[in-house]
Amino acid sequence: MDIEWYLVLSAMLFAIGFTGVLIRRNPVVILLCLELMLSAGALAMLAFSRMLGTQDGQVMVLIVLVVAACEVVVGLGIVVAMFRRRLPLDVDDMKELEG
Amino acid sequence: MTEVAFFVGAIGAIGGAVAVVALRNPFYSVLALVVHLVFLAGIFLLLRAQFIAAAQIVVYAGAVMVIYVFVAAYVGGIEEPMFDSSPVLKIIGPILALAIFVEISIAVLGSSLTALGTEGTEKINGGFGTPEAVGKLMLEDFLVAFEAASLLLLVAAVAAIILAGRKKAGKEAA
Repeated sequence: MDIEWYLVLSAMLFAIGFTGVLIRRNPVVILLCLELMLSAGALAMLAFSRMLGTQDGQVMVLIVLVVAACEVVVGLGIVVAMFRRRLPLDVDDMKELEG
Repeated sequence: MTEVAFFVGAIGAIGGAVAVVALRNPFYSVLALVVHLVFLAGIFLLLRAQFIAAAQIVVYAGAVMVIYVFVAAYVGGIEEPMFDSSPVLKIIGPILALAIFVEISIAVLGSSLTALGTEGTEKINGGFGTPEAVGKLMLEDFLVAFEAASLLLLVAAVAAIILAGRKKAGKEAA
């Protein structure tokens, strides 16, 4: 398989995740779409890693895995806190969160 | 053979991704993401990243998704209407995403990367992508990034404890 197939697949997955972040309003689903975008980035890095014949990209993907785990922990913690305070689970209704 | 494996993996990964975005119940979205990650791990195998593929299945599709399932079940299946508050964004969103896809594709394919059109360099040894090779690289060349990641995990753990323990503080405030 040529390398560009992997890169185009990565771009496609990134675009799908981007669509989800834009059009969905449930914070859990938005986090899932962020995961999609992160995994698209990981696929691109692995493709470049294979292309260059070095494993640096693979180490970077492992770091991305760690970052994704941190993001999940904090993001889902916020979702649970929102649920406990009986706030609506809708990012459009949370406009006052903007800093 | 590689082509067949790639296209099966690609169709599965894209189908899972579309299902994550399109399904209304967040619980099913989580399950669709698990499907997506499993197919993506297959594609990682084609790129000779055995260790990453295994870590993806065990850590991501296993552990992280269990947290998602717990939270999705905890907050309940809130089925949101697909076209409700901001119909403008629902139309503009996919158009923007299509633009990003075209733009990234043009940027990647139009660049003069010498390896485009090949299967990548032939100079990979037998140990490429094994835990030994990746771990050695991580603890020798990328030690700073490794330590930074461990610090980040610590910070996230503390943040999770603070977020989870906010109930008492909220009562005092109220």
